[in-house]
Amino acid sequence: MADWRVQRKARDARIERGRVHAEGKLVAASAVVDLLEAVLLPGDRVCLEGDNQKQADCLARGLSACDPVRVHDLHMVQSGIVLPEHLDIFEQGIARRLDYSYSGPQGARIARMLYGGQIALGAVHTYLELFARYFIDLTPNVALIAGVSADRDGNLYTGPNTEDTPTVVEATAFKNGVVIAQVNAIVDRVPRVDIPGDRVDFVVEADRPFYVEPLFTRDPAAVTETQILMAMMAIKGIYAEYGIRRLNHGIGFGTAAIELLLPTFAERLGLKGKIATHWALNPHPSLIPAIESGWVEQIHCFGSEVGMDRYIRERPDVFFTGSDGSLRSNRAFCQTAGLYACDLFIGSTLQIDLQGNSSTVTTNRVAGFGGAPNMGSDPHGRRHPSDPWMKAGEEAGGTGDPALRRGRKLVVQLVETFGDKLVPAFVERLDALELARKLDLELAPVMVYADDVTHIVTEEGIANLLLCRTLDEREQAIRGVAGYTDVGRGRDHAMVEALRARKIIRRPEDLGIDPLDADRSLLAARSIKDLVHWSGGLYEPPAKFRNW
Amino acid sequence: MEKLTFRHRTAKPLPGTKAQAITGVVASGNLEVLMERSLAPDECIVEIDTAINGYGPVWEAVVSDFVARRQPGGLRITINDGGARPDTVTLRLLQGARLMEAV
Amino acid sequence: MAMSPVSLSADPLDQSWYEASARARLDALVDPGSFEEFLGPEQRVMSPHLPAFDLPRAFDDGIVVGRGSLGGSLVLLAAQEGRFMGGAFGEIHGAKLVGLLRAALQVRPAAVLILFDTGGVRLQEANAGETAIAEIMRAIADLRRAGVPVIGLIGGRAGCYGGGGLIAGTCSRLVVSEGGRISVSGPEVIETNKGAEEFDSRDRALVWRTMGGKHRRLIGGADAFADDTIRAFRDAAREQIGKAPAFDLATLEAEQARLEARLDLFGDARDATEIWSRLGVNDPAAVPGLDTDRFDALLARLPEAPHDAR
Repeated sequence: MADWRVQRKARDARIERGRVHAEGKLVAASAVVDLLEAVLLPGDRVCLEGDNQKQADCLARGLSACDPVRVHDLHMVQSGIVLPEHLDIFEQGIARRLDYSYSGPQGARIARMLYGGQIALGAVHTYLELFARYFIDLTPNVALIAGVSADRDGNLYTGPNTEDTPTVVEATAFKNGVVIAQVNAIVDRVPRVDIPGDRVDFVVEADRPFYVEPLFTRDPAAVTETQILMAMMAIKGIYAEYGIRRLNHGIGFGTAAIELLLPTFAERLGLKGKIATHWALNPHPSLIPAIESGWVEQIHCFGSEVGMDRYIRERPDVFFTGSDGSLRSNRAFCQTAGLYACDLFIGSTLQIDLQGNSSTVTTNRVAGFGGAPNMGSDPHGRRHPSDPWMKAGEEAGGTGDPALRRGRKLVVQLVETFGDKLVPAFVERLDALELARKLDLELAPVMVYADDVTHIVTEEGIANLLLCRTLDEREQAIRGVAGYTDVGRGRDHAMVEALRARKIIRRPEDLGIDPLDADRSLLAARSIKDLVHWSGGLYEPPAKFRNW
Repeated sequence: MEKLTFRHRTAKPLPGTKAQAITGVVASGNLEVLMERSLAPDECIVEIDTAINGYGPVWEAVVSDFVARRQPGGLRITINDGGARPDTVTLRLLQGARLMEAV
Repeated sequence: MAMSPVSLSADPLDQSWYEASARARLDALVDPGSFEEFLGPEQRVMSPHLPAFDLPRAFDDGIVVGRGSLGGSLVLLAAQEGRFMGGAFGEIHGAKLVGLLRAALQVRPAAVLILFDTGGVRLQEANAGETAIAEIMRAIADLRRAGVPVIGLIGGRAGCYGGGGLIAGTCSRLVVSEGGRISVSGPEVIETNKGAEEFDSRDRALVWRTMGGKHRRLIGGADAFADDTIRAFRDAAREQIGKAPAFDLATLEAEQARLEARLDLFGDARDATEIWSRLGVNDPAAVPGLDTDRFDALLARLPEAPHDAR
């Protein structure tokens, strides 16, 4: 007789071993190592919640303090590699395999450890892809998650940074896994239940509040004239032309400049209500002036942002909030929303090749991609029409009955031709290919594939790749906006002028924009302090962004 | 540091009467551009002191494009560069030309 | 356009002092079109030392000096460019300010205005820079004794540090904005020498609480608090010229007494908020968030209002 409950029994045994170190579900911070050593088994698949922002840091410190003789060869499946401990455990032998999505701050160290063979890499995923695999073939045995507070039954309040937690818990708790949560406080009654207690097996009261990275704050004081020029071109040449109302912005000063130009430049163009009304977006402080000026109807968030909680609480018509009043974010839902319900994604990158493939991976930094590959891809599962989507589809061409023609999502790369230290953004060959060769990866880590990109905006102009009909045209369109990089200087001048005549390439002057008008006085806010004023004092920026 | 000099002939002088103008600041990724109306009306000389070596061909291209676009005849242009990107250089040159065109 | 809670005006006088270049500050500060530069960029009086360090030079060596009229009166002015080498004092930079101050002794303008924006002495030209600091302080003392007020205006990115902080201490009057910082040792220097536990230089709220404009105004380290606009600095400078104290024994003794009393009152405080509380501020934590009007109102209400001396 087959035993259909092997996993269930193993789970029960893990919980029983853990209970020795708990009082009910509650575990003291001092007992974290004992708890983890009791619950974990060698070779387990573990999700140590490292989101884009929120970090289960107390549990991360505990895991890295475990005895590698007892806990070893773990397979880590988590979206963010953010804290030093996330990599320490690989050096210690506690972990061996890694499947992840994003690793901004640890990108350089990941690269070194990959080269050194300390990490066996599965793949660098998109967020939705990794979440999907949680339910198919990368289901965690143990999830170590973070919340703001919990009651004694394990009901969990995640706070505004709900982020990945519901997805991770869903996959773990309903498939014989163990869920351990760290919280800032144990309370009698949580403000709202984000995760029901019957999905949480242990609750650790952390020694200090979990760390949140303020990833989405861009100081308007650092926005340059070049970024303002590019923002003007994007607004006039793309947002206005296609009538983009539903959209997602990547992080960066270029997109911050667009947000800060909505109540000024875009308002003067009469675009209010016609563009940028519905968003899949983290609560960017730089969007406050547009929100306060009545531009924005609603925003669904992947996560929150440090300092924005009070502001969001006072703007429930715009944001998704719980009955307690605070933001409810959800990365899986927001990524899905950005993929299927937005007509435009615009973001930056480090490298673009001659066909339009882009990557933020270089040979010494494996930063991963965050949300860009999901937002920045054309969803073939989409079926509902919208004006921008249909117009883009028409521009992309195609034959046969128009009623059978797919629309196209607009995927825009907003990139300055040279980055820091005069490193060119346009290259003949992506560094990602070199990395793939050295690490013997089957797939080069590409952020946005060439066939998904529709427009490239640089300070030199806009290239509309939808209108290109041959690979050669596409290459010259890209060279034609690549400025003074080697790629740009290698252009065929006659062909670029021909593309300009067909409006495949558009210069600022073709759009009626004088580069000398790109002035910081166009920004609705020129400092963090201005953003505070716009918010009526509700935005509370973290200390590192203040100069008062 | 690298010193570069480019001499161009222009079809016409830059309009305006302003004798000199300065724009920009020498800082990381930035530059200052001094323009003086002191040459023959069909002549333009651009002298550059740059903090980053090895970008001669890029400077040559940036300066040629600027000269073709604005025809800055009569101008001696002197640049102190703190490692600015080409687009910033172009922007400063255009700003300087606009200042010089003021009556 | 919707009502904006921040100024979107393109008038040069409404521009941010903090953001503006030294030249933009000067141009808008004086009566329109009245600024006349000495040793302008076309003279190319540049640092003789920086090429030896393979560093780029600036035509004005980071300081613009000249004359202009302010409300119709002749003033001499110097403005440091905080973005060029942190506005630091090199040989030429220092000599230009010394020269301006000495010229003022002959010209007798209504005032000399120094628009500070400096991290102190330029490391590559330290000896010349240190000498210049001493010469500048001497020249300021001579000028003040001759009855010419020297007004310092502080609100730039680099603040007013090192030798700049010492020079500021010798001025007749100081105007500061919220973004302006005045001190001798900078935040990073303190952290390097005393550790992050003593002073975390990345905690910007702490840095501004300790060295920023509001704190300096509250403890009498500056005489006027201005909004971060060129117009506000212009108005405050005009007002302070009229309030410059006599440079005599009585003023110096009063200043000495003021500083001693300040040390007695606050010498053991661990944080600026403690000082503010002892000054009689009811809600010290709210001070950084106050706008200029409410901050001035608070100053007026204080039982221990910062008094004038210098």
